Amino acid sequence: MAKAAAISAAGIPAKPAHDSHGSQAAPPKIVAAEPPKELQREPLVLNGHGLGWITDAIAGICEGKMPVWWWPAFIISAGMMSMMAALVAYLISTGVGVWGLNNPAFWAWDITNFVFWIGIGHAGTLISAVLFLLRQKWRTSINRAAEAMTLFAVACAGIFPVVHTGRVWFALMPGYLIPAPNANYIWPQFRSPLLWDVFAVSTYGTVSLLFWYIGLIPDLATLRDRAKNKVRGFFYGLFALGWTGSNRHWSNYEKAYMIFAGISTPLVLSVHSIVSFDFAVSQVPGWHTTIFPPYFVAGAIFSGFGMVLTLMIPMRTLFKLEDIITTRHVELMCKVILATGSIVGYAYGMEFFIAWYGGSPYELYAFKNRAFGPYWWAYWSMITCNVISPHLFWSKTLRTNMVFVWIVSCFVNVGMWFERFVIIVTSLHRDYLPASWGYFTPSWVDVFTFVGSFGLFMTLFLLFIRFLPAIAISEVKGVTPQADPHHPLGGAKGGHH
Amino acid sequence: MSASAKPYGILAQFDTAADIFEAALRCRDAGYRKWDVYTPFPIHGMDEAMGLEHSKVGYFTFCGGVTGFTTGMTMIWYMNKFDYGLVVGGKPLFTPLFAFPVSYELTILLSAFATLGGMLLLNRLPKLYNPLFRSENFKRASNDRFFICIEAADPKFAEARALLEASGASAIELVED
Repeated sequence: MAKAAAISAAGIPAKPAHDSHGSQAAPPKIVAAEPPKELQREPLVLNGHGLGWITDAIAGICEGKMPVWWWPAFIISAGMMSMMAALVAYLISTGVGVWGLNNPAFWAWDITNFVFWIGIGHAGTLISAVLFLLRQKWRTSINRAAEAMTLFAVACAGIFPVVHTGRVWFALMPGYLIPAPNANYIWPQFRSPLLWDVFAVSTYGTVSLLFWYIGLIPDLATLRDRAKNKVRGFFYGLFALGWTGSNRHWSNYEKAYMIFAGISTPLVLSVHSIVSFDFAVSQVPGWHTTIFPPYFVAGAIFSGFGMVLTLMIPMRTLFKLEDIITTRHVELMCKVILATGSIVGYAYGMEFFIAWYGGSPYELYAFKNRAFGPYWWAYWSMITCNVISPHLFWSKTLRTNMVFVWIVSCFVNVGMWFERFVIIVTSLHRDYLPASWGYFTPSWVDVFTFVGSFGLFMTLFLLFIRFLPAIAISEVKGVTPQADPHHPLGGAKGGHH
Repeated sequence: MSASAKPYGILAQFDTAADIFEAALRCRDAGYRKWDVYTPFPIHGMDEAMGLEHSKVGYFTFCGGVTGFTTGMTMIWYMNKFDYGLVVGGKPLFTPLFAFPVSYELTILLSAFATLGGMLLLNRLPKLYNPLFRSENFKRASNDRFFICIEAADPKFAEARALLEASGASAIELVED
């Protein structure tokens, strides 16, 4: 009966088990008592919806016409994306001088934007891989859209380091980023974290794409089977690869999926660690710290969950998906923000402690300058957004208020952008030689290229909602009681397997 | 298609996860070999209910990973030490330490490709044509119904219909090849 108790614990009101034949009186059965209400969990799909309802609700979105708001949103996003393309063309044709970079701040908004976007991607992989390994079933409602967000964020991230090299054709030529000898037969230099970064980010983008695609295969088959016209049937059928839902296939599929989760977990931890090496391996005070890898990873997950909430809260309301992405899902994400936000806050404190305790005057100056120097406004914006705002989520009332959660998630996004700006620019603008101190101010090209990257991100996300199932249909079905052959709602009669 | 066409198999539809689970147990115990269960999502415990062996995808992953790591180490040793050694910052021309991050990423990259490729190879996918797609009912295999197909090639095919009927199928049809 332990099984029956576990099922009730999943929050489904257990139907009284009855004998369907009913001809003879059933012998008295021992029925496990329902656990007390406070121990029961909210179900992952509300209102006891069946399998067919889940298919209709999710697949229906990308099959029907898009709601009215979709078109203006798409046009604005596409416009912003085009603006970015134009500004990148201007940058490449003119030179990096169109940005506000100067000596000594050779890195500023470009690398800030890169780290910002790549960090956002990390929540998608965390949800799809780490929460899968930890058997967190609530991930199923949000993993598809979060993984899509990862891919689009990596696409945005990839642009900045490439274009910041100025003469992009050199960066893309053999010998600099690509491991092939350059014109002098010199190979790339593998002692440099910048080259590690190339491998980390490109592996991350590729593996995320494969992981996303493998998850999509069964749902593409669903869309193929529901297709009303030939064009849709052809394309969904092509990408579904002939998937039938055969259990012999599911057996290999589930193993492959678990392996993907298993290899993506060390991958996601390594990617932001390597991004942090770009800074930590250098000698610049404020960058040269061993806390960077874990601190960057925690910050990445923190910012990524912020972006997931920023996208999911409007999505669940606009597409009426409240029964699948429930308040419980939002609350759990808020708790992840609270946890990772606390790690980030601890890291800020620890950096200051080590700057003092380490005894290096340059290090101590770099941190004093960070909080009270010319960029004090950036530092305190960061502290307000990243250290103070997540702690509002200790309150259940606030965690379950969607408008409030959405606003805080935006603060998290802003705060994490400032974090990268603070780390990069405040450390660079004053280093060892006071004679070479400077102050960085962004040019209009800096600002609008960054704004345009949101256009690229949103355009891709809106197209994703338009053409692909935004929630993993087969996975959500798998966590409903109807999917459990030992549960009354799954058709179990006696519950005695 | 004419009535004399060779049958591919017999397809039975079931309405609940419990029904298909019971039916799979019966097919397994009756000793069928060429049969399969089709479900919209993986059903927990179905591999045992069908008597399937563990999936072999992991071997592909392992080979991919080993290849990736070896490629990374060899490539960096060849480029930075063997072919054109260039001293940078007084550091050694090759050590596994600085070669590790890139080799690590390549391990994961090639494992991922091998896993996806291995899964598709073991499943004989892509296979865009399948006789089961002829069945109109079968469209619900990706939605809310559960199916068992026993192939005509199975030696015990003659008794298949009786077994599926006794297992509580809600619809049974013959699928032509």
